[in-house]
Amino acid sequence: MGNLEKRKFSVREIRQDFPALRQQVYGKNLIYFDNGATSQKPQFVLDAINQYYSKDNANIHRGVHHLSQKATTEFEAARTTIQHYLNAAKKEEIIFTKGTTDGINLVASSFGELLSAGDEIIISAMEHHSNIVPWQLLCERKKTLLKVIPINQKGELDMLAYEALLSPKTKLVAVTHISNTLGTINPIDEIIQKAHHFGAKVLIDGAQSIQHTRIDVQELNCDFFVFSGHKVFGPTGIGVLYGKEALLNEMPPYQGGGDMIAKVTFEKTTYNELPFKFEAGTPHIAGGICLGKALAYFHQFDLKEIEKYERDLAEYAQDLLSTFEEVTIIGTAKEKTSVVSFHVNGIHPFDIGTLLDKQGIAVRTGHHCTQPLMDFYKIPGTIRASFAFYNTKEEIDTFIAAVDKSIMMLK
Amino acid sequence: MMTIQEKQAEIVADFAIYDDWMEKYEYIIELGKDLPLIDPAKKTSDRLIEGCQSQVWLDAAIVGDKIRFTADSDAIITKGIIGLLIRVFDNETPENIAKSDVHFIQEIGLQEHLSPTRSNGLASMVKKIKLLALSALS
Repeated sequence: MGNLEKRKFSVREIRQDFPALRQQVYGKNLIYFDNGATSQKPQFVLDAINQYYSKDNANIHRGVHHLSQKATTEFEAARTTIQHYLNAAKKEEIIFTKGTTDGINLVASSFGELLSAGDEIIISAMEHHSNIVPWQLLCERKKTLLKVIPINQKGELDMLAYEALLSPKTKLVAVTHISNTLGTINPIDEIIQKAHHFGAKVLIDGAQSIQHTRIDVQELNCDFFVFSGHKVFGPTGIGVLYGKEALLNEMPPYQGGGDMIAKVTFEKTTYNELPFKFEAGTPHIAGGICLGKALAYFHQFDLKEIEKYERDLAEYAQDLLSTFEEVTIIGTAKEKTSVVSFHVNGIHPFDIGTLLDKQGIAVRTGHHCTQPLMDFYKIPGTIRASFAFYNTKEEIDTFIAAVDKSIMMLK
Repeated sequence: MMTIQEKQAEIVADFAIYDDWMEKYEYIIELGKDLPLIDPAKKTSDRLIEGCQSQVWLDAAIVGDKIRFTADSDAIITKGIIGLLIRVFDNETPENIAKSDVHFIQEIGLQEHLSPTRSNGLASMVKKIKLLALSALS
């Protein structure tokens, strides 16, 4: 894994790794609580981006020259890093994509080709739009049916309802590992096991889990796992689709172009092997290499320790927010990650978000691309503070004081 | 009676006394709270300008040779900025509105609220005010 020595977790030291955290906005020290949207980048990754473009830039897989071979080696080494990080059986199972959304669209388009009218796809009521709309498009195209696992008020999946939805008609279950809006950690082990009982495949949307928890795709036994590089301290525009080899082999290519072919004639084209079959055109080479670096950076730390630290932060914030009479916490699942979404009764989330911004605090407000979920809670949106391992309790104290001030101004 | 230009200059002067962002917003919030309520019957979907974050309702009526605007939003800061826009455009002729240039928002440092990415409906509101004026002219 990139040969970085294990490091003891120290938030003070970690903060030194992230230059973006050392800045002021509107004359205040930046407090970055929008990690659910994207994470900041450590110097280690920034240096790798700089190194690639200033020294190693070349197109990969085809060139015979030195630079091309160097870039190819680095890009493929990143694939191996990612394979080990996810504990995938083979590196051919790691497909580079543009991100989570791209990965889901790839599966919807390509795995979708194997489906027929009347087949069923199950998603959940807490999905991000990117894990809803690709399936709706597929349903229009192939006349498949979309079923939705309901949730309870706490924001937990109704697992009995899930079981009732499963049938031999179910071909795919596509659910999020962790809800971006609520922070709920879904029981994906059980979801996968139950789906497999009916012969259905399972896609796990790992956009919100990759940066918080250990992922072992073999232990999970999921068929697909997708995530974005930028949420795990890597660059934007790069992501990963993990798929089981046999399944990926069965699926037709997604896009046509260079790199994904074995031989092209005007009569017939044969496709390249995995993973290249799904990687048409010049990929995001710097992105792939630097995602490998980001995972190597993150892997220096004990993830269990980080998970505990982040959950402590969230609990601390949630407890303090709960002392406000006007505040309702949205998403109170028993199993939760470091996301605190809340609504202030009688005040629009946009107003709070704007005032927090002017106090140097970056949070996300709105529906978080989960409109059906907002409809469920009958609110226009929430204010979401999402924490990373570089955040501190002192920052939360400042945030709470800023929330207090904002409410006073808006009441 | 003040021209659109003069009204904008007056707003810029009003804001010049605040040197702190929170003070500026305190003022905007007050303006939002003071904005006359829109007739609930006029909060219809054809008057709705849907934003990703907050929503705006805009009603226009021609009275004599002038256009009268009333508007509302579900977010109070958005409402405050609406109040400023109405102060500038309300009770003006379609000609004056159509040829006017909105610069006060930038000058008081609120341009982020008019950027299309902010998606609070305000950018679309300015566009709609202009379009209403143009259609009244034709």
